[in-house]
Amino acid sequence: MRILIALIAGALFGTGLLVSGMTDTTKVQGWLDLFGAWDPTLAFVMGGAILPMLIAWRMTNRRQPIAGGQFPSPPRPELDRRLIIGSALFGMGWGLVGLCPGPAMASLSYGGLGGLLFILAMITGMFIAPGLGAQLDRAANPT
Amino acid sequence: MDASWVMGLLGGLLIGLGGAVYLLGNGRVMGASGILGGLVDGSARSESAERLAFIVGLIGMPLLMRPLIAPQSETHLTENLLLVVVAGLLVGVGTRIANGCTSGHGVCGISRFSLRGIVATLIYIAAGALTVLALRHILGVI
Repeated sequence: MRILIALIAGALFGTGLLVSGMTDTTKVQGWLDLFGAWDPTLAFVMGGAILPMLIAWRMTNRRQPIAGGQFPSPPRPELDRRLIIGSALFGMGWGLVGLCPGPAMASLSYGGLGGLLFILAMITGMFIAPGLGAQLDRAANPT
Repeated sequence: MDASWVMGLLGGLLIGLGGAVYLLGNGRVMGASGILGGLVDGSARSESAERLAFIVGLIGMPLLMRPLIAPQSETHLTENLLLVVVAGLLVGVGTRIANGCTSGHGVCGISRFSLRGIVATLIYIAAGALTVLALRHILGVI
């Protein structure tokens, strides 16, 4: 059940990324290019994606997940250096070539060698991130 | 003005629907970097199978659907493979340290009015816009 639900969710996510044009790096970089030929598409994608999620979060108030278990706990309020530095690094990579994790995976079948290389580099980054995160914490709280 | 904003809105609704299915079905936040990253660093543990199923759907559906609905779509990724590798490393490290990307912090975080999601989204958009400004308009690299 959980596996079928995850498969359907991934399929919807991938189809949405393909249909919206978000696997096209020129559209993403065009949206980030505030000082050039700005492309507004990404704002419509973000807005369109947030609408069903607004309703879904509202529905978590009075039921359980269909496949059992618990809904995610409420979001933490605190802003720490991991969130800020990590998001800044992510944004730099995103702007550099116009790919983030979802579209990178969704376009694997037509992204060519470069797309595959991006995913391998991203996986490498994900592998070393816990160590780097721990160093960041030590730099924040020297003992 | 072409129809790309209509397709953007339509695609966005499908993305949000996927997130709603994942949340209401499995009780999980649909974040691409978290789902993949948990498999990579071994923190996923018992949820490996459903994460793999999500990724199979995410990669497999565009493979099947592209010839039918968007045969002309391309990624137009830069041919500078050094840039690709540097960007991939930054995205991998950054999303895992920040615990989220465009789908997790962006779509799922903003829609539950999470301060962390909103701040993360503002920061990665600002960093992305500054990167494009610097490398496209000042250095002329991308």
